[in-house]
Amino acid sequence: MTEKPLSTVAASGSPASGAGAAPAPGAPLLQVEDLEVVLSTGSVTGRVIDGVSFGVGAGRTTGLIGESGSGKTMSAMSIVRLLPDGAETSGRIVWRSQNLLDAPRRRIREVRGREIGVIFQDPLAALNPIQPIGKQVGEILRRGGMARQDVHARVLELLGRAGIPDPEQRVDVYPHELSGGLRQRVMIAMALAGEPQLIIADEPTTALDVTTQARILRLLADLRHQEGLAMLLVSHDLRVMAHVADEVVVMYAGRVAERGPAREVLERPRHPYTRALANNVPAVSTKTAIAEPLQGAPANPFDRPSGCAFHPRCPLAVERCRTEKPELREVEPGRFSACHRATEVAP
Amino acid sequence: MTSSDPVLEIRDLRVAFHGPRRSLRGGRTITQAVDGVSLDIQPQEILALVGESGSGKSTVARCVLGLVQPQEGTITYEGRALGPIDKRPAELQRAVQMVFQDPGSSLNPRMTVGSIIREAWKVHPAVAPSGERREAMRELLAAVGLDEGVAARRPTALSGGQRQRVSIARALALRPRLLVCDEAVSALDVSVQSQILRLLVELQRTRELSILFITHDLAVVRQIADRVAVMRKGELVESTTAEQLFTNPTHRYTQGLLRAAYDLEGAVEVTFEEAREQIS
Repeated sequence: MTEKPLSTVAASGSPASGAGAAPAPGAPLLQVEDLEVVLSTGSVTGRVIDGVSFGVGAGRTTGLIGESGSGKTMSAMSIVRLLPDGAETSGRIVWRSQNLLDAPRRRIREVRGREIGVIFQDPLAALNPIQPIGKQVGEILRRGGMARQDVHARVLELLGRAGIPDPEQRVDVYPHELSGGLRQRVMIAMALAGEPQLIIADEPTTALDVTTQARILRLLADLRHQEGLAMLLVSHDLRVMAHVADEVVVMYAGRVAERGPAREVLERPRHPYTRALANNVPAVSTKTAIAEPLQGAPANPFDRPSGCAFHPRCPLAVERCRTEKPELREVEPGRFSACHRATEVAP
Repeated sequence: MTSSDPVLEIRDLRVAFHGPRRSLRGGRTITQAVDGVSLDIQPQEILALVGESGSGKSTVARCVLGLVQPQEGTITYEGRALGPIDKRPAELQRAVQMVFQDPGSSLNPRMTVGSIIREAWKVHPAVAPSGERREAMRELLAAVGLDEGVAARRPTALSGGQRQRVSIARALALRPRLLVCDEAVSALDVSVQSQILRLLVELQRTRELSILFITHDLAVVRQIADRVAVMRKGELVESTTAEQLFTNPTHRYTQGLLRAAYDLEGAVEVTFEEAREQIS
C-alpha cells in the first residue's frame, strides 16, 4: 500500500532538475503551498481557495476529494492556470523547482500538455466535434515540433496505449461516433501525447458507466505502474479514491479538512467531515442501512461559516469550532487534520 | 381487484429508434432499444431497474410516463391501459409522476418554487381546490423537508439537495401512486444523497407509493430496493428480489456486474471482462 508519507511533508530538496530525468519514485514532483484563489462573480468577491497545501510524489497518485464548491477542481486547475477570468492566485506551486504562479504565460503553455497532461470530465465538450480524433491527437504532436511523416505512426501508438482497440480503424472517426469510454480514452491519448510526467484528471470516470469506469481506472493504474506517471486525481467518488490514490486530500469549502494515506484516511478518518463522507458510501457486498445524513448542504466558499467552515453540520462541534479556525496539524505520523477535536473522531 | 394485484404491468414491450441515414441512398439503421420487456410493480414496492447506458432502462421509464410510444406491447396501470401522456385520462396522468436526475435543468429557473408546484394544480384543479392551496403547499413542502419560505425562491437560489426536494414535491403535488425516479440521486453530493434516499423511502411508506427506481448504482439499489430487474441491450436478463439478486445472481451478466462493483473497503476491483472470464 502506501510506503511513503505525504510528499509535501518529506519535501527537503528540489525535484530533479534535468528536463528528461525522472525523479525517484515518491520524491516530490509537484508541491502546492498555501494556495489562495480570490474570485469575483458579479457583486460578490470571495477567497474560494483558502490556504491549500498538498503534493504529488513522482510516480504516485494524489486524490483531491470534495463535494461541489469544495474547490477541488479549482485547486487542480490552478496548477496549469486554467481558471475563470479575473481569478487572483497567491501562494506557491512548485514544479521542477519553479514557482508556476510567477512563471510567464509562455512557460505555462509549455508546461500544460507537455509536462503536465490534463484530462477533463466531459470528453465530448473537450474534443473538437468536427475533427477526426486522429487529427486532434496529431495536432498536439505537430505543435510539439514532430516531423510530419512521423505523426501518423505516433498517433496510432498513442491511441493503442490509451487502450483503443484497432486504432487504424478508428483514427478517422469523429468524437460523436465513439462511446463515452472510448472518448475518454481519446482524451487520455491526447494527455499522453506530450510525454508528461504528471496527469491531472478531473472526474475522469464520473460521466461513465460502472463497467466502463472500472476499465478506465485500470488503464490509469497501468499507465502509472508501467510508465511511472504521477497523477493528480480529482473526484467526489470515495470508492474510486480508495482504490486508485496513494494519498488523499479531503477539501471542504476551499480548505483542506484532512490529508494522508488514502486507505487510512478513508477507513479511519480523523476529521468528522471525512467520516461522514465515508459513512455515506453504500456497499454492494453487504446490505447497509441508509447512513444518518449530514444536516444541511455543503458550505458556500463565498460565504464561509466562521471558525471551522464545517461547524454548522458537524456532530462534534463545540463553541471553539464556531470562533477559532482549526489549522491543519499532524495528528499522527503522516496524518493531518484541520479539526479541534481530531483525536475524538471515532469511526 | 385484490391488494396483491400489481400496480403496473408491462407486457412484451418493444421500442425501436431509427438512426441517421448512412448515405443518401442508404437505409436508416434501426436500434431495438427495448426488446420484449415484461415487468410488474407491486403496490408499495421499490423496483430498481438497473443496467449500463444504452441498456434501454430509461426508454422503459419513458414508455411508462407516456413520453415514448412503444411499437409493441402494453402497459397497464391497475388494469387500465396507459397510452401516450396526452391521451391519458386526468386520473391516470396524475397517478404516475417522475423525478428527474438533474433538478438544475428540469426545474424552470424563471419560476419560483411556489409557482412551479401550483402549475401542476392548475392542470389538475381537483387535487387541491383553490381555497386549500396555501395549506396544501405548506404541507407539501414540509413533507419533503423544506421551509415554507422556499416557495418564494427560485431554483437557482437553492442547493442541489434542496432542488431535488423541490422536484420531489412537484411530483407529489398530484398525489401519485407510482413515482418513476430516473437516476434521482446520481448527480447529488455524497452527503446529500443519503438525505434524499431517506426522504424517498419515508415518502414511499407514508404515502403508500410504488417506486420505479432507475439507476446504475448497485450499492444504492441494495439499500433501498425490494426487487431488482437487470436490463442489457434492450432485454431483461434477470428479475428477482433484491436479496436474491445480491446473494445468488443467476445470470452471468448480473454476476459480472456484481463482481466488477467494488466497495470503499476490501478487495481491489476486477474489470467487467475479468469478472466474466472468471465466471465462465
